[in-house]
Amino acid sequence: MTPRLSRCLDGLTLAGLALEGDRRAIARLLTLVENGHPEGQIALARLFSQTGRAHIVGFTGSTGVGKSTLVNRVAVEFRQRVPSLAVVAVDPTSPFSGGALLGDRLRMRDLMDDPAVFIRSMASRGHPGGIAHATRDVVTVLDALGYPVILVETVGAGQVQVDIARLAHTVVLVEAPGMGDDVQMLKAGLMEIADVIVVNKADRPEARQTMSALRAALREATRTVPAGAVRPLAAEYAPPTAGQGPGPTPQASEEVAPWAVPIVEASALEGWGVDAVVDAITAHRHHLEAANTWQSLHLQRAQDEVAGWLQRYVQILVERCVGTERLGAAADAVVRRDCDPASAARELVDVLLECLRSGELDRAGTL
Amino acid sequence: MGRKIRVLIAKPGLDGHDRGAKVVARALRDAGMEVIYTGLRQTPVMVAEAALQEDVDVVGLSILSGAHMALVPRIMEELAHRGIGDLPVFVGGIVPQDEALLLKQMGVQEVFGPGTDTRTIITYIRKAAGSGSFDATTQPLP
Repeated sequence: MTPRLSRCLDGLTLAGLALEGDRRAIARLLTLVENGHPEGQIALARLFSQTGRAHIVGFTGSTGVGKSTLVNRVAVEFRQRVPSLAVVAVDPTSPFSGGALLGDRLRMRDLMDDPAVFIRSMASRGHPGGIAHATRDVVTVLDALGYPVILVETVGAGQVQVDIARLAHTVVLVEAPGMGDDVQMLKAGLMEIADVIVVNKADRPEARQTMSALRAALREATRTVPAGAVRPLAAEYAPPTAGQGPGPTPQASEEVAPWAVPIVEASALEGWGVDAVVDAITAHRHHLEAANTWQSLHLQRAQDEVAGWLQRYVQILVERCVGTERLGAAADAVVRRDCDPASAARELVDVLLECLRSGELDRAGTL
Repeated sequence: MGRKIRVLIAKPGLDGHDRGAKVVARALRDAGMEVIYTGLRQTPVMVAEAALQEDVDVVGLSILSGAHMALVPRIMEELAHRGIGDLPVFVGGIVPQDEALLLKQMGVQEVFGPGTDTRTIITYIRKAAGSGSFDATTQPLP
């Protein structure tokens, strides 16, 4: 029998095997990365040069609108057009037990017999943004392994779970008839990050009202979305307004018209309208490339990620150099009203700088 | 973050009785595990693929149709075929004692019949997951 790969914890070995197409190695690598294991980070560093090629498509929307069923159908349709495909499906972790029931595979049975499709379920593990903390890293691994399209299904999301907009190139907002009136559409959040809107279950009689409410909300959004509100490039995604004059000027390219968010009707269960969904997703990718937004998105994300890591490392430096004792002492001083919180923190910054200057950190261990 | 026990709960074959599988899946969730629930009517290939892609620590098969002697060997074969034949596998359902012995000879670690306390299953899985896969002492990066 083949040696048990699940015992393998060597990030570089796994990365090598995964690049050769060993699916056990891929699965194991995703686990390491998901667990934040140091070997996972080593593998990510090894694989990173291979990334940046995949089209990352996020699917978001409320619980029960049919995201998993739609992702299943979209994946099948996509497979007619691309050689392989990966799905990352995120479900919520219980805040009480820390456990999770990951049921998205339940509706993805059409993909199970296709060896060119890799499906991975993830628990949100307490991360509130609609995807897990490690979802980006999992997607990075799949990107490096050459999956040209990666579909990411978020936790059945409410109005503020917009993290997917910082991960995906194309965000598909899935709606269903009867999920709320037009006031819901006016609320901030998901509507603002959608690149493609799908009205699923469109065979239902209320679908017509949902469509018109969405159209009205989109028209409204064109006038009101402040550039950079959710996503720095939001202005470029704003659809043109019929008869309202020109929308916000795209920064990248003069000749490419701003992206008009399409609203597509579909019934994932019955299987119609899905090709139009895939067409819209593909058109959006072409638009990103034509308008040079693909590159600027990547630049923006790279900045976000480096800044994110920098913050984490600064956090560690603070923990190591300042420590809980000094922090506690500062808090005591604040409680005694000897010092205000901001001044106390500034004194601790001096402690941090002194620590860095003295080289004490080397003794405390490297990052 | 660190490590979580990941368990596949699958219902292979033509068997619509998923109450038991759901009760177990929920109990495992409440015990802090991540449960990948595949739903009804899975083929042996689907079960093995899910076990592979999800990198689970333990595989649980719920079979109440009486077809365990036909399904389990094929699932064990498909797992072995994918190089994960050493994954701990347990079966839940209605299995006569002599056949439970045969299943164990095929490599099934435990057979849980009706009335099994979910705590027994949780204890078994924690032990099985600990014996296989990687140790729980992994230090997550910040």
